[in-house]
Amino acid sequence: MKSVALHLGVLVLLVVAQFLLPSYHANNLSRILVLAVFAMGYNIAFGYSGLLSLGHALLFAAGMYGAGMLVHHAGTAALLALLIGTLAGGIMATLVGLLALRTAGVSFMIVTLMFAQVGFLTILYFNGVTGGDEGIALTAPERQFIGLDLTQDAPRFWVALVLFVIALAANLALVRSRFGRVMLAMRENEERSRMLGFNPYVVKLQILVISGLFSGAAGAAYALLFGYIGGSFASVQYSILPMLYVLLGGAATVLGPLLGAGLMFYLIDFASGLTSAYLMVVGAALVALVLFAPKGILGTIRERWLPWLP
Amino acid sequence: MAFGPYLLLALMEGLVKAAVLALTAVGLSLVFGVMRVVNVAHGAFFMLGAVLAYTVAQYIPGPAALGWLAALVIAPMIVAAIAAAADTLVLKRLNYDPEATIVATIGLLYILEQAALSFFGPDARPVEAPFTLRLQLPWFGFSGYKLFVILAAIAILLAVWWFMTRTRAGLVMRATQVDRQTARAFGIDVDRVYAGVFALGAALAAIAAVLLVPISQSHYLMGGDPLLLSFIVVIIGGLGSLRGTVVAALIIGISDGVISMFYSPTLAKIIATAAVAMVLVFRPQGLFGARA
Repeated sequence: MKSVALHLGVLVLLVVAQFLLPSYHANNLSRILVLAVFAMGYNIAFGYSGLLSLGHALLFAAGMYGAGMLVHHAGTAALLALLIGTLAGGIMATLVGLLALRTAGVSFMIVTLMFAQVGFLTILYFNGVTGGDEGIALTAPERQFIGLDLTQDAPRFWVALVLFVIALAANLALVRSRFGRVMLAMRENEERSRMLGFNPYVVKLQILVISGLFSGAAGAAYALLFGYIGGSFASVQYSILPMLYVLLGGAATVLGPLLGAGLMFYLIDFASGLTSAYLMVVGAALVALVLFAPKGILGTIRERWLPWLP
Repeated sequence: MAFGPYLLLALMEGLVKAAVLALTAVGLSLVFGVMRVVNVAHGAFFMLGAVLAYTVAQYIPGPAALGWLAALVIAPMIVAAIAAAADTLVLKRLNYDPEATIVATIGLLYILEQAALSFFGPDARPVEAPFTLRLQLPWFGFSGYKLFVILAAIAILLAVWWFMTRTRAGLVMRATQVDRQTARAFGIDVDRVYAGVFALGAALAAIAAVLLVPISQSHYLMGGDPLLLSFIVVIIGGLGSLRGTVVAALIIGISDGVISMFYSPTLAKIIATAAVAMVLVFRPQGLFGARA
C-alpha cells in the first residue's frame, strides 16, 4: 500500500513539474523519462537478477532502428512502429541471450560487449540504409503518433509519461510477482535455485527478454519523440549510461533508474555548462559510486530507513 | 604490383601490427592472469603512452632520435606510476571484486581520455621517427623503422619472459597468480605485487604505443582499437596464458593486416569480433589455453 502511494506520488510530481517547469526543462524531463525506461530494463537484468551486461546499447538500438527505419523507409504508422521496435528489442535480447547466457560473470560482460560492438559496426557498415555515423533525421509527417504531433513539446511529454507509467507499472508488478522472487534467487544463489527446480538458463533468458522489451521500447520511443536515429546510440557509451543510472539511483529499486537518469542528466548538463570535459564527470561518478556507494541512493535509503521500498 | 609482392607487403604490415598488438595484449594478459582483473582502461594507458611520447619529444631539443628515446623511457614510467596509483587508490579498495573493478576501470578510461583531450587537444599529432632508413626491395620500399619495431617488440617480449621465469620478482608474481592466500602466508606483500603487476601491464601498453607513434599518430581516442584487439587476442590465446597471447597476437595481427588490405576494415572488424564472441561462448578456455 505504502509503495503504491509512493509511486502515484512520484507520477503526480512529474505531471505537476511539466506544467511548472520552463520548456527547456520540461523537454529534458521527456528525455529523462525515456532514458529511465531504458535504465529500468537494464535494472531488471543487472539490479534484480545480477546479469551485468555491457551490451544493452544493442537492445536500445534494435528498438530505435526497428521503429525509426520503418517510419522512415516504409512509412509505417508511429504506434505500430513503436510496438515493432519494442518487439525488436525483445527478439534481439533472445538472440544475444541464447548465446551469451552460456557464459557467466566476466565472460558474459565481454561477450555482450562484443555483440554490441558487432551491432554498432554493422550499422556503420550498412550506412546506405542506416545513415551510419551521421544518422537519419525523421521528418514531421513521420512523427504523427495517433493524432499527436510529436514535434511539439506537450504531446511529446505526455507520450513519454504514458510510456513511463506503463513501464513503471510493469516493473512494479514484475518484482512483486513470484517470478520477481525467482529473479532475486538467481542473483543470490544460482546453484540453490537450480536445486529448487528452476532452470537458470531458461529463467535468465526470460529475464533478458523482458529487459530487452523495455530497452527496445525506450529506443523506439527515443527515435519517434526526438526525431533522430544514429549510430552513436549503438556505441559502448549507451551500454554504460544505463548502468551508471542504475548504480547511481540504486540497483534493484523500482524508482532508482528514474532518479539516477534524472540526476546524471542534470549533472552532465551542469558540467557541460562549466567545462567541455563532461566525460570526466561520468568517469568520476562511476569510480566514486563503486568506491563509496555501491548500493546507490535508493539502495542506501532502503538499507537504512525504508526496508519496504520495492 | 603483382599479387605475390602485394601479399608480401600485406604480411609485413600485418607483422608490424602483430608486434605492437602482442606487447599491448601481454600487458592485459598479465594483469588478468595475476590479478583476475579485466582492465577496461588498458586502451587508455596505451593512448596515454602515445600522447606522452609526443609531449616528451616536444620538450627535448636536438635530433629526433633523442626525443624519441627519452619518450621511450619517460612515457612508460609516467603511465606505470598512474596505473600503480589507480590500483592503490581504487582497485585495492574494491577488493578486486571482478564486476566492481570493471565499472571502476570504465570510469578510469573516461577520466584518462578526457584528461588527454583537455591537456593535449583533439588533433592527431605525429612523432618523428628516430631514423629514416628505407629498405628497398625489388617491388617496393619498406620503412626500416617498421622492421625495427618488430625486432624491438621481440626483444621486449623476451625480456618479459625472462623477467617472469628467471627473476625473483617474476617468481613472486607467479606465486601470487597461483595462490594468493598461500603467497601471503609465505610473507609476500600481495598488495605490492598487485600494484607492480598493474603498473607493468600499463607500462607494456605504453611502450607499444611509443613504438607505434612514429608510424601512426597520437590521438586522444586512439585507445579503442588496441583495447578491443587486445581483448580478442587475450581471449583467443586463453585468458592469462602469455604464450597463447603472443601466438594469438601473431594470428590476429597478420590476418587483420591482410584482410584490411583486401577488404573493408569495418567488415574485417565485424567478422573478427563476432568470431571471438563465439570462441568465448563455445570454448571459454581459449583456443590454446588449458582450463583456468
